[in-house]
Amino acid sequence: MKNNILKQSVWVIGIAVTLVATMLLAMGIGRYSISVGQIINTLLPAGIALEEVDENVRTVIYNIRLPRVLLAAMAGGGLAVSGAAFQSLFSNPLATPDTLGVATGASFGATMGIMLGFGSLGIQSFAFLTGIACVALVYFISRVKGESSMMMIILSGMVISSLFEAMVSLFKYVADPQDTLPEITFWLMGSLSGVGFDDLMLGCPFIIIGMVIIFMLRWKLNTLSLHEDEAKSLGVNVKVIRMLTIIASAMITASVVSLCGKIGWIGLLIPHVSRMLFGNNNKSIVPASIGLGAIFMVIIDTIARSATAAEIPISILTAVIGAPFFIILLRKTGGIR
Amino acid sequence: MKFEVVDGCFGYANGKNILNHINCCVEEKEILSILGSNGVGKTTLLKCTLGLLKWRSGMTQIDGKNVQEMKHSELWRNIGYVPQAKLSAFAYTVDEMVLLGRNSHLGMLEQPGKKDKEIASKCIDRIGIGYLKGKLCSKISGGELQMVLIARALAAEPKLMILDEPESNLDFKNQLIVLETIKSLRDEEGISSIVNTHYPEHAISISDKALILNRDGSSVFGAAHSSIIEENLEKAFGVNVKIQDFYHREKKYTCVLPLSIASGN
Repeated sequence: MKNNILKQSVWVIGIAVTLVATMLLAMGIGRYSISVGQIINTLLPAGIALEEVDENVRTVIYNIRLPRVLLAAMAGGGLAVSGAAFQSLFSNPLATPDTLGVATGASFGATMGIMLGFGSLGIQSFAFLTGIACVALVYFISRVKGESSMMMIILSGMVISSLFEAMVSLFKYVADPQDTLPEITFWLMGSLSGVGFDDLMLGCPFIIIGMVIIFMLRWKLNTLSLHEDEAKSLGVNVKVIRMLTIIASAMITASVVSLCGKIGWIGLLIPHVSRMLFGNNNKSIVPASIGLGAIFMVIIDTIARSATAAEIPISILTAVIGAPFFIILLRKTGGIR
Repeated sequence: MKFEVVDGCFGYANGKNILNHINCCVEEKEILSILGSNGVGKTTLLKCTLGLLKWRSGMTQIDGKNVQEMKHSELWRNIGYVPQAKLSAFAYTVDEMVLLGRNSHLGMLEQPGKKDKEIASKCIDRIGIGYLKGKLCSKISGGELQMVLIARALAAEPKLMILDEPESNLDFKNQLIVLETIKSLRDEEGISSIVNTHYPEHAISISDKALILNRDGSSVFGAAHSSIIEENLEKAFGVNVKIQDFYHREKKYTCVLPLSIASGN
């Protein structure tokens, strides 16, 4: 028992330290290279900082790299944890944050916003709202006689998802190939470029609230992955916990997609990595997914913006780096337990 | 605690009633066995009595109080349900699984604490599967998993346990282990049980009362020894049956032997 607690705290501290270190290093990498010492001095309040920092460095850190790294951590942690929650909710290891069509719905909203020539704030809010509306629609469709079975929810999620997918394709088909189409295509592949503190302020509260809800419910998620009657017989209010999980995951996914576009893979990959490392107890899976998701995303985004002269779309990198990594882990551990 | 089904009727969707005017009750320190052929509605009956399915008419009462009007957590603190052993999509360890039984004692956002872990651990030891601690539920045998589920139900500290065919799919030894556990929980902890079973012999050996469901929707309820008789079994299962007592080292055993399929069935 004591051994377990010790092991747990070592992991928690290890992941937290790695996350902070990754973020600090990531902020130094880029066309304008900055040392870790300079970064720390910039981030510390004026009184404590050991040396004077160049004004250029300050601008690069505060206006460009810090918000971007923070967003990467939030997005990665958020997508991973909502993937983990959905896997338990649907008791299906293949579930992803987009199982109910939130991401597709949000993409539809964003594409429409781009077509209508909205500014970035308009596109973001539009994407968020359509993402949430999409889940509400799924839930509404799945209700038969006041009850919605999990199977109905998944099926209506798939239907709605493919419907909005088709709408996005339609927009792409009619979009102006000179400027609108590339913008849509680039957005759909995911990118964190051009994110400032204003955007963070808008989207991050939802991500944080969603994460907190799932974190608080983490132990109850274990019961959701049992058969429904079994879960009820344990004295769990299955309906309420399901609702809360769906709302929390939808909030996270919709705001991540609205801020950074469609990012694939993380919501499936990271929860499974956590399962291979820590077993299936959501008490560990939830915090592990947040931490590992954040680390993974910060690394991916750093590669995306600094590997080549032009930005590489995130979804391409998550798949190209994620797939081999996942395959190696699968072969090594023999899959989840 | 008195657990009672009063005039319960149930049928799925728009179909006709499959359970008709069911009446039965379990008092403290009693075991009730439910017998009936495949598809007659034994599991359905359990789900109805627990409120997982709604009676068309009639109700389930605990100490005279309608179960439907009780708070979710209050009900499940008194009753432990042991479903047929099936694995879930994600395998948890035995300790984690049993700890889930503490749910009804914890609030929505509460995490299990030290006390809950102790109770779970005690329940595991109580039914003699301490050697399974730390193992994954997917890596243990069917009989062991059934015991884990019993321990999980026990962790809620219930007054009544409801078990759905706990000994089917198990070998002789595991069947006896499960049955002995149910019996000793009654004798030592005063926990009553309602048990669905396919084996009239098991029903006779452990239960005080029996409810036999017939295929025409009628039912027989009474003391185990007076209701589990050849005539009733023939009617319920459509099989000619011989019930024979015999003594071995001065202990009485009852043997139920199906002879042949009854004519007219």
